[in-house]
Amino acid sequence: MTVIELVPYEDALAAYDPVMGLEVHVELGTKTKMFCGCSTGLGAEPNSQTCPTCLGMPGSLPVVNAIGVESAIKIGLALNCEIAEWCRFARKNYFYPDMPKNFQTSQYDEPIAYNGYLDVQLEDGEIFRVHIERAHMEEDTGKSTHVGGATGRIHGASHSLLDYNRAGIPLIEIVTKPIEGAGERAPEVAKAYVAELRELIKALGVSEARMEMGQMRCDVNLSLRPHGQEKFGTRSETKNVNSLRSVERAARFEIQRHAAVLGSGGTIIQETRHFHEEDGSTTAGRVKEEAEDYRYFPEPDLVPVAPPREWVEELRAGLPELPRVRRNRLREEWGISEHDMQSILNAGAIEPIVATIGAGAPADQARKWWMGELARHANETGRPLDELPITPEQVARVAALVASGDLNDKLARQVIEGVLAGEGDPDTVVEKRGLKVLSDDSALGAAVDEAIAANAAVADKIRAGKVAAAGALVGAVMKATRGQADAARVRELILERLAPAE
Amino acid sequence: MTAMTKHKSLVRLTAAEIAAKIASGELTAVEVTEAHLARIEAVDEKVHAFLHVDREGALAQARAVDAKRAAGEKLAPLAGVPLALKDIFTTEGVPTTVGSKILEGWIPPYDATVTKRLKAAGVVILGKTNMDEFAMGSSTENSAYGPTGNPWDLTRVPGGSGGGSSASLASYQAPLAIGTDTGGSIRQPAAVTGTVGVKPTYGGVSRYGMVAFSSSLDQGGPCARTVLDAALLHEVIAGHDPLDSTSIDAPVPPVVEAARSGSVAGMRIGVVKQFRGEGYQPGVVQRFDESVELLKGLGAEVVELDCPSFDLALAAYYLIAPSECSSNLARFDAMRYGLRVGDDGTRSAEDVTALTREAGFGDEVKRRVMLGTYALSSGYYDAYYGSAQKVRTLISRDFEKAFEQVEVIVSPTTPTTAFPIGERADDPMAMYLADLCTIPANLAGNAAMSLPCGLAPEDGLPVGLQIIAPAMKDDRLYKVGAAVEAAFVEKWGHPLLEEAPSL
Repeated sequence: MTVIELVPYEDALAAYDPVMGLEVHVELGTKTKMFCGCSTGLGAEPNSQTCPTCLGMPGSLPVVNAIGVESAIKIGLALNCEIAEWCRFARKNYFYPDMPKNFQTSQYDEPIAYNGYLDVQLEDGEIFRVHIERAHMEEDTGKSTHVGGATGRIHGASHSLLDYNRAGIPLIEIVTKPIEGAGERAPEVAKAYVAELRELIKALGVSEARMEMGQMRCDVNLSLRPHGQEKFGTRSETKNVNSLRSVERAARFEIQRHAAVLGSGGTIIQETRHFHEEDGSTTAGRVKEEAEDYRYFPEPDLVPVAPPREWVEELRAGLPELPRVRRNRLREEWGISEHDMQSILNAGAIEPIVATIGAGAPADQARKWWMGELARHANETGRPLDELPITPEQVARVAALVASGDLNDKLARQVIEGVLAGEGDPDTVVEKRGLKVLSDDSALGAAVDEAIAANAAVADKIRAGKVAAAGALVGAVMKATRGQADAARVRELILERLAPAE
Repeated sequence: MTAMTKHKSLVRLTAAEIAAKIASGELTAVEVTEAHLARIEAVDEKVHAFLHVDREGALAQARAVDAKRAAGEKLAPLAGVPLALKDIFTTEGVPTTVGSKILEGWIPPYDATVTKRLKAAGVVILGKTNMDEFAMGSSTENSAYGPTGNPWDLTRVPGGSGGGSSASLASYQAPLAIGTDTGGSIRQPAAVTGTVGVKPTYGGVSRYGMVAFSSSLDQGGPCARTVLDAALLHEVIAGHDPLDSTSIDAPVPPVVEAARSGSVAGMRIGVVKQFRGEGYQPGVVQRFDESVELLKGLGAEVVELDCPSFDLALAAYYLIAPSECSSNLARFDAMRYGLRVGDDGTRSAEDVTALTREAGFGDEVKRRVMLGTYALSSGYYDAYYGSAQKVRTLISRDFEKAFEQVEVIVSPTTPTTAFPIGERADDPMAMYLADLCTIPANLAGNAAMSLPCGLAPEDGLPVGLQIIAPAMKDDRLYKVGAAVEAAFVEKWGHPLLEEAPSL
């Protein structure tokens, strides 16, 4: 393998203008597969969720999953696409062992949705419009596991295992038009587009769109052309880039690699490339010397899909508030900056915060806990926020206990720690750990007296009118009570005892 | 009557007669089944109509029918009647080869919808019949398991691809059979064996579990020795199936009623100019012309029609069918079922697939897969597949125009009588011409029937009369067919098949 000396990013951009095309595959969350009644549930025994149709047995036939079509239309509408009045499935013919029929039932020149756009918001708040070429329906393939090789790739493997549970799971492929004019922000646009698309898919409820589970997969096509040139350069196709960060890194790497190749007088080969998470690089895959001939033709085993207009309009009317619109609304309601909202989005905290507010917590409290203590915990344990063992209701309860003065911040953090550790709900943790704020004067009075006695010099200063010095005594009391004292009351008690007589 | 002669006469009964005798208790289903199994044993070594005889399964089904009757339950119209099933329909637990080595030994885990409906109706499936590999052919010589003989002359072909089904009927091994018709594979075998075969309207009979050759053309249908028997069987297998998206969701046309009330009086019947001329055997033309006279005599008005696009039908067919088959047959890759060649631990999956397909497919299948792969290739698609689809539309329009003037169209089923085995084996074009008259109905999706209309004087072999009706007007086939059949039987004094030599 030739090692390429990458061109610094800024230099690449100085010389070239990047053009991108993004192809995103979304696995729909339908209960059954696209063309048969088999379950789509994850984690089943290999080949246990199969039937004659999704195994491509002789004589078997496909039947279209109506929910799959409905989901495709919803996605198309949300992407501002036109919805075909009449379209067909087509067979994409090629041989591969994990594809049972050796053709993929897909759509070719008659996609169900076409000509749309998605506005994505970049980190500084700028809106970038990504134009959508098409969204079409197809089926997933099975999964090959190559055994015996070093890399898990087919090269060097002694044998391969095939699992057809995934074969036939509905996919929507969403293809952008060439994304031009993003310049140095191309990688950021790519990431923001995939992120926004993921939010959209989730909001529509058609898929959980979890990239780490392969429910959403992205191919990044990228080419460079000299500034001022209209004609696109030769593109590379980086396949299966499966996290937001990777999308950005892959685009960036390819810009630098292309620039290096072109700058040294070389030519870019049209090929697929593999992305490597470890170092963010890509390596050559299959060379596409000429466009592969898939011998597409209309699928004769299925009838055309002709969604009635009334149905399409019904679906349009039922679309949920779209993520960007909703984020803007929430941002205004919560009174926070674009930047803060972006952080919340990046942390995956929008839904937990909304739910916590829904459970009665003030917005600032909900935000504070999810973006503070809980985000830190999520980070440390490497889990998404919404998978932490604490519910928005529990967070709201903690916030309520703080508001009522039963807990202070320090105690509240301990309560949350207890809930996360599985000790029970907040009230149980408070009781078990004995975390109530001490505000009983008789109990506090002794601690205050001890603190005054032990810090005579400070006490004198207060007596002399330096009220600000009271903080040191409050600290001493809090320490003595292991943080359980009500700090405001402690301060009052100190001043009652030491304040100079009026 | 000795058991032997009872058996002998029993196998000559029609399906309707057998069903009536079982329902009345005169015969048991087991008795009937045993008689047919004995007949198979006696003659099939010569005919080779069956690829697999399911003795146990057949007797079990027969016993179930008898038990049902003994329990006082009402029997379905064809309960207990034996049937020969073309080996293209999947049968759970019973081998299904499609006449190909590539599926040798494959035991399907599921029943085709047709198989299911036959079983549910109490029909006794005797076994699976021989066919051209993947239904590609007009002689059954393309079977990987050897040819089938025509009971009229065992040195001749029984037609194809459903030669096993037609031969089983003509040799009294079964009173009913199922065929599939992509370009004539039910009608042409019926014509050359002196039997009745119907290609229902496309979408009339479920294709689920019918191994695909050309999805947009394939249609399963009934085969029998009489028009009424075909209608009774048609009714059992037809009707909407949610597992086949191309299945028509509408009531089955009243075919049995039509078969019981045959008449052509006052009917306008079309004769298409394009269905005669070069390549038609004189005796075939003669019997066809006599049939037209017979129809007139029965009170029909005969109208000459011009359907110019029919001349392009054969060419269009040989682009569409191979194109679809090239894709349909891609699944035979040695990965999940069927033959596997060269898997010695050193070869890649790709190599094993290639070696298996090389060894498992016969010449005609390879020829069509290659033709179709070429026709679908980018750069050629529009010229070949695209143009063929346009011709298809033109043919449908010609039919539409024709059916504005007439209720049915008649023609010879096939230009010649049964040809000798081996005669056209090395001449695919000559073989393809056998389907000249049958293909237009497949391309348009219409309903069509073939029934016997006499023996060609020059060779004494059966000639078939084709009747074509508009889509979902299958009942018209039976109404006309029953009238023609009755008139001919009256004229001949017996059914044509009785003139076949005994085996």
